Amino acid sequence: MTTKPTPRVRVPAKAAAGELIEIKTLISHEMESGQRKDAQGATIPRKILNRFSAIFNGKMFFAADWHPAISANPYQSFFFKATESGEFTFVWKDDDGSEYTAKNKLTVG
Amino acid sequence: MPSRITGLTRRSTLTAGAMAALAGLLGPRLAFADEKTVMAEIKKLYGDKPMGTGKIKLDVPEIAENGLVVPINVEVESPMTEADYVKAVHVWADGNPQPGIVSYSFTPAGGKASAATRMRLAQTQNIVCVAEMSNGALHMAKANVKVTIGGCGG
Repeated sequence: MTTKPTPRVRVPAKAAAGELIEIKTLISHEMESGQRKDAQGATIPRKILNRFSAIFNGKMFFAADWHPAISANPYQSFFFKATESGEFTFVWKDDDGSEYTAKNKLTVG
Repeated sequence: MPSRITGLTRRSTLTAGAMAALAGLLGPRLAFADEKTVMAEIKKLYGDKPMGTGKIKLDVPEIAENGLVVPINVEVESPMTEADYVKAVHVWADGNPQPGIVSYSFTPAGGKASAATRMRLAQTQNIVCVAEMSNGALHMAKANVKVTIGGCGG
């Protein structure tokens, strides 16, 4: 049932200086809320991605702390003001300590 | 007669189903948050500081047919400069088993304090959103979402 979460990110490859760009991310993950019960009536333990961070050239510019109420296969969109070329790093942190990352390049000019 | 036997079996199956549903209703229920729980969470973070209104655009559907995936978009009016920006935005739901939905951290580099995600809602309830500005000012917004099929438990 548990497959390795695969992140998908949509970010423009190019932007004009000062342009506001929208970044959309999606990652496959069951986001087990810890509220559901299995067929035997036992509570299924919580296992969610609890934090998402967006980093540009080593500097974090947006983060989200997700609680169990976030839907399965969490979607997150947000904005970034392009000023220089560089690289985005997106990090998803799992309850079990694993981390999933995605990297995207941005060219400004 | 075979048809009667089938009918009987079907009826007993239906009865068993009804009993199971009743047991589900009468059995131990999940504890749900309420408005007080959410207020307590806000107080824990910000004490009794006054809350302004009007700066937050909280975009949620009025009616959600599927509580498992309810879109939510929060946007806070701000110039997003080093001197004046939105620092954090917290979202709670007052009728879920756990009130917390999401907490965002924004920076001036983001350029716009706006974020969208999808949430689970167990029942019809209020969404409460608090934004913290860089100067410490707080703003609040609320919206009610009618949920026709709940998204928690199961």
